[in-house]
Amino acid sequence: MKQIIVSGFGGQGVLSLGLMLSYAAMKENRNTSFLPSYGPEMRGGTANCSVVISNKEVASPVISRPDLLVAFNEPSLVRFLPALNEGGRFFVDSETAKKEVISRKDAVAVPLDKLCGNNKKGHNIAMLGVMLGFTGLKLESAEYAVQYVFKNKPQFIEANIACLHAGVDYALKAGLK
Amino acid sequence: MDKIVFTKPKLLNDTPMHYCPGCTHGIVHRLIAEALEELGDTDHVIGIAPVGCAVFAYNYFTCDMFQAAHGRAPSVATGVKRANPDSTVFVYQGDGDLASIGMAEIVHAATRGENMTVIFINNGIYGMTGGQMAPTTLPGQKTTTSQGGRNPLEHGNPIKICEMLSTLTGPAYIARTSVHDVKAVRNTREAIKKGFRMQREKKGFSLIEILSTCPTNFHMSPVAALEYVKTVGCEAYPLGVYKDVENGF
Amino acid sequence: MKQLLKGNEAVAEAAIAAGCRCFFGYPITPQNEIPEYMSWRMKEVGGHFVQAESEVSAINMVYGAGGAGARAMTSSSSPGVSLKQEGISYIAGAEVPCVIVNMMRAGPGLGGIQPSQSDYFQATKGGGHGDYRMLVYAPSSVQEAADLTYKAFFRADYYRNPVMILGDGMLGQMMEPAQIPEAVDVNSLPKKSWAAKGNNGGKQRVINSIFMNPDTLEAHNAHLTEKYEEMKKLDTMFEHYRTDDAEVVLVAYGIVARICKAAVDMLRESGIKAGLFRPITLFPFPYGEIAKLSDGAAKTFVSVELSCGQLIEDVKLGLFDSKNRPEVGIFARVGGNVMKPEDVAEYIKSGRITQSWIK
Repeated sequence: MKQIIVSGFGGQGVLSLGLMLSYAAMKENRNTSFLPSYGPEMRGGTANCSVVISNKEVASPVISRPDLLVAFNEPSLVRFLPALNEGGRFFVDSETAKKEVISRKDAVAVPLDKLCGNNKKGHNIAMLGVMLGFTGLKLESAEYAVQYVFKNKPQFIEANIACLHAGVDYALKAGLK
Repeated sequence: MDKIVFTKPKLLNDTPMHYCPGCTHGIVHRLIAEALEELGDTDHVIGIAPVGCAVFAYNYFTCDMFQAAHGRAPSVATGVKRANPDSTVFVYQGDGDLASIGMAEIVHAATRGENMTVIFINNGIYGMTGGQMAPTTLPGQKTTTSQGGRNPLEHGNPIKICEMLSTLTGPAYIARTSVHDVKAVRNTREAIKKGFRMQREKKGFSLIEILSTCPTNFHMSPVAALEYVKTVGCEAYPLGVYKDVENGF
Repeated sequence: MKQLLKGNEAVAEAAIAAGCRCFFGYPITPQNEIPEYMSWRMKEVGGHFVQAESEVSAINMVYGAGGAGARAMTSSSSPGVSLKQEGISYIAGAEVPCVIVNMMRAGPGLGGIQPSQSDYFQATKGGGHGDYRMLVYAPSSVQEAADLTYKAFFRADYYRNPVMILGDGMLGQMMEPAQIPEAVDVNSLPKKSWAAKGNNGGKQRVINSIFMNPDTLEAHNAHLTEKYEEMKKLDTMFEHYRTDDAEVVLVAYGIVARICKAAVDMLRESGIKAGLFRPITLFPFPYGEIAKLSDGAAKTFVSVELSCGQLIEDVKLGLFDSKNRPEVGIFARVGGNVMKPEDVAEYIKSGRITQSWIK
């Protein structure tokens, strides 16, 4: 079972990243739940979602301790990093995260802007690519998820798939696990 | 051979009405039944009774009926009509029901142009609860909750429903009539008939406001109450057609 | 085929599958996806969607459509459901079948928009005036939200009674893979001879709840009570999770039950014999099952709820005749806060079981 929290400012693709994780899991016939925060966010404009991927029935969609944490901004780290599970990993943007955060052993710092060729809209999808190896999800499931989530905006699919591949390649080259 | 000179409309039964002597509810019930019968439209009629003196209207009609919560009859009728678009639906409401507690429901049914016919009984007083001030009570009119007479500074002003609803785009037909004499009764029947005909032709929302009496709570004889409606009532609430899409307004 | 569905969308589509063709709603967070979904979906299936001017109006539209024979539904969230109470009382009194969805948010008053279970009393004890009850389903997953909404229309018709789907903001907003039950053919549903839809000169049907004669009304009350007694026999639903040998039984419904399932697993891993008892119907409440558990290994019952001590009252009622007099406690988060599985596990491990939710 993997328990994942994705968090960041609204507009950073936080919810769609979580959603794509769930779609990819469902594509593989695994059990999954996607629980978004909703309404006007009270805590500094931060949106978050909890995703559980499991081979058994998902017990709680509410997560005590995430195995994987994606934190697109500083407030997300403050809020969720203390709860990171033992052996868990957290993912940040290497261009915006603080040095002392990046230097932690459990940090995965990703140069998102570089991977996406300055396509800021693709950050969350590049991150999905980097995360795949940690979730056990297959690349083709993630490709399906990207296509599904963007089915009403087909003009973005090609660029987004490129970001996804860039993320996967980066993780492979960096030997991330 | 005997010649039949008078029959009761099919949509009314033999139950003696509980209304007070001189009350005009009975006249209006009959006009509704006559209008529908004259239109040949009696098979799929559904009526909505209000809260107020006409709460038991279903006891006198033979068609299917609902009894609605206070003021909510236009919403109930909306549901009925959506479930059975080919039925003929009439809503029967008094002034407390329609113009006070049910103001939101009537305004929105009208503005949606719901294809229904509303019969609005305006006698300017709460009858069933014992003569309290209604939203349509006239300035100076004594009621049990405006015992010195309605004072606009203290109690606010009466609401004119036809004038108000005719500002909306939604309604197809809005008219005010009265039942204070034979001519007025005949005009009322024609107005009701027109409302039902327009409903059948799917032209939309129609409302006929009928100035009525409450001799008991007016503390008047039935004749004096009719005279009061003819003079004071009709002056405060001018009779006429306020909206008619068939005539371009 | 399974789809990844939002709870609110699953409820809406399951209603369509059950033959609901009249939906009346009013916007309020966190259930807006239901009217939004119905606004386009009803068009596709030839049904009716009306955005009413208020919740008061919407429930009365349901009364009209349901009374005229259609499968009708409305949805709202706590403050809006308070406004519907008048209409629900009339609907129960007039024996009109319909389905009402409440995706609860925290109160009282305007409260907040985050998840809550604080309308438990309102839903289960008859929230409006007069003596009446509704069948109340409390789904704990998106799949169950779909299944119970579908079932609700059939049970509503069977009893000629309103049925409530009691969810919370979290269930409405979360997504899980779920399959919508197979759609019924609306025209093949049993005819409702009692419905007021135009009588063709035949027997008059009257949909009403007014009975001025005390004896007549008493007889009507007795008839309604008989229906509620039948619900207790036929419709009580619940789930046991690892309660066989459980010494500590968590009692929770809806999403909170899912949180408790994870807590039970945590407690078992640390050697505490914990289990979960989940009422699926909140009315009728499965009192008998709680009593049975107290006759067995269960020494402690803990009501885990998103309300300030509402569910616990029914847990206590279930234990009323218990010989073993087990300990009863509560663990609650309110105001829109939601406990995590670990919070529940820690509370049980602490051994300080309290009768009040206030720490």
